Amino acid sequence: MRVTFTVNGRRAEADDVWEGESLLYVLRERVGLPGSKNACEQGECGSCTVYLDDVPVCSCLVAAGQVQDREVRTVEGLADGDELDPVQACFIKAGAVQCGFCTPGLLVQAHALIEHNPAPTDPEIREALAGNLCRCTGYEKILDAVREAAAIKAGVA
Amino acid sequence: MDFLRPATWAEALTARAERPDAVPIAGGTDVMVELNFDRRRPGALLDLNRIPALRQWTPDSGGTIRLGASVPYTRIIDELRTDLPGLAMASRTVGSPQIRNRGGVGGNLGAASPAGDTHPVLVATDAVIEVESAERGVRTIPATEFYLGVKRNALAPDELIKAVLLAPAKGPQQFSKIGTRNAMVIAVCSFAVALDVAARKVGAGIGSAAPTPRRPFEAELFAADALPWDSRADLDPRIATRFGELVAAAAAPIDDVRGTAAYRRHALSVMGRRTLTWAWREHQSSEELT
Repeated sequence: MRVTFTVNGRRAEADDVWEGESLLYVLRERVGLPGSKNACEQGECGSCTVYLDDVPVCSCLVAAGQVQDREVRTVEGLADGDELDPVQACFIKAGAVQCGFCTPGLLVQAHALIEHNPAPTDPEIREALAGNLCRCTGYEKILDAVREAAAIKAGVA
Repeated sequence: MDFLRPATWAEALTARAERPDAVPIAGGTDVMVELNFDRRRPGALLDLNRIPALRQWTPDSGGTIRLGASVPYTRIIDELRTDLPGLAMASRTVGSPQIRNRGGVGGNLGAASPAGDTHPVLVATDAVIEVESAERGVRTIPATEFYLGVKRNALAPDELIKAVLLAPAKGPQQFSKIGTRNAMVIAVCSFAVALDVAARKVGAGIGSAAPTPRRPFEAELFAADALPWDSRADLDPRIATRFGELVAAAAAPIDDVRGTAAYRRHALSVMGRRTLTWAWREHQSSEELT
């Protein structure tokens, strides 16, 4: 089947999509957006997190046909051209990235957290990121990055 | 495989009747896992995301809340925590934020896993499931009669789950769930309790400790009789302990990868004791306010 949707502000058309295929597969293999990572395929790890109509979801658990005529925003759509989003800049600055596999999902989920809650407390950050597994960093630097990104976005840093 | 995308509820019911080989999909948090892992290859997916009514909740004239089957857990938590505190608490323990953004109670009911997080609340609060078929119309099924066995429910092959009917809380409600961490866990076991202060009744529900969610009727009757409704006195710890024992006695747990039957029974007795104690304390403090 053909699936037409908007991704990162652009219209995307995917052909020959298998009816049981996930949005994640369509993004990575059919529309050239491999930023969202394929790890667990069961919603456990969060590395495929994308916005679907402004709500962060695991793209491995969205059927491709469900995004017809809807809007998706992936990690590739967070930066404004060459200008990184503060969440991305802060992950680099804080050293919140090691192997990098979990990073795209964490960036989208952290971005969504700060959009809805400009001054999250530590428990709120931990809760928001509870579905994003990182096996390298131990999370401390990720928390540092999210705290700083929130402060920058709120205009206090 | 076909991808069926009905735009209306009526179209969805027709599709359901015409395609018994179709699997309904809404949030996808269960169905997509089965597809991704080659565990299931249905003839068709029946996408319910395009039907607005499934994503709405409305109070009816009598105050009962009609919760659309696909209202995501995130919205239950944000919008219904006052009216349906037990359901909101259970919803908070589902998966992760991303999962709660997609999944809803309809999927929990459709999958009918013994470990589904909202089941104990639905049976404890006498929720009613509204299902519909194109041929026979609407039918309502009490939650206590909906679950037939492990991953089996009372839905006929041509029916879809439309809504869950829930009365606003008539007193404190509590929910408790055991797992290895605070997120992304399938319940080892879970428990819900709901006080109906005016009627002096106690509802309870056991999850993940029998083939289906269960109501511990003896425990409910014991607590309803033993709670100091008149005096608002502190709860005698012996009452809470006995309640927990009766809850554990009502379970029929198994040994599996998540825990042993003995552990589950013990955990249920503790959860029963604690949740009743919390609910009673909440009742006392609410009485003090009035």
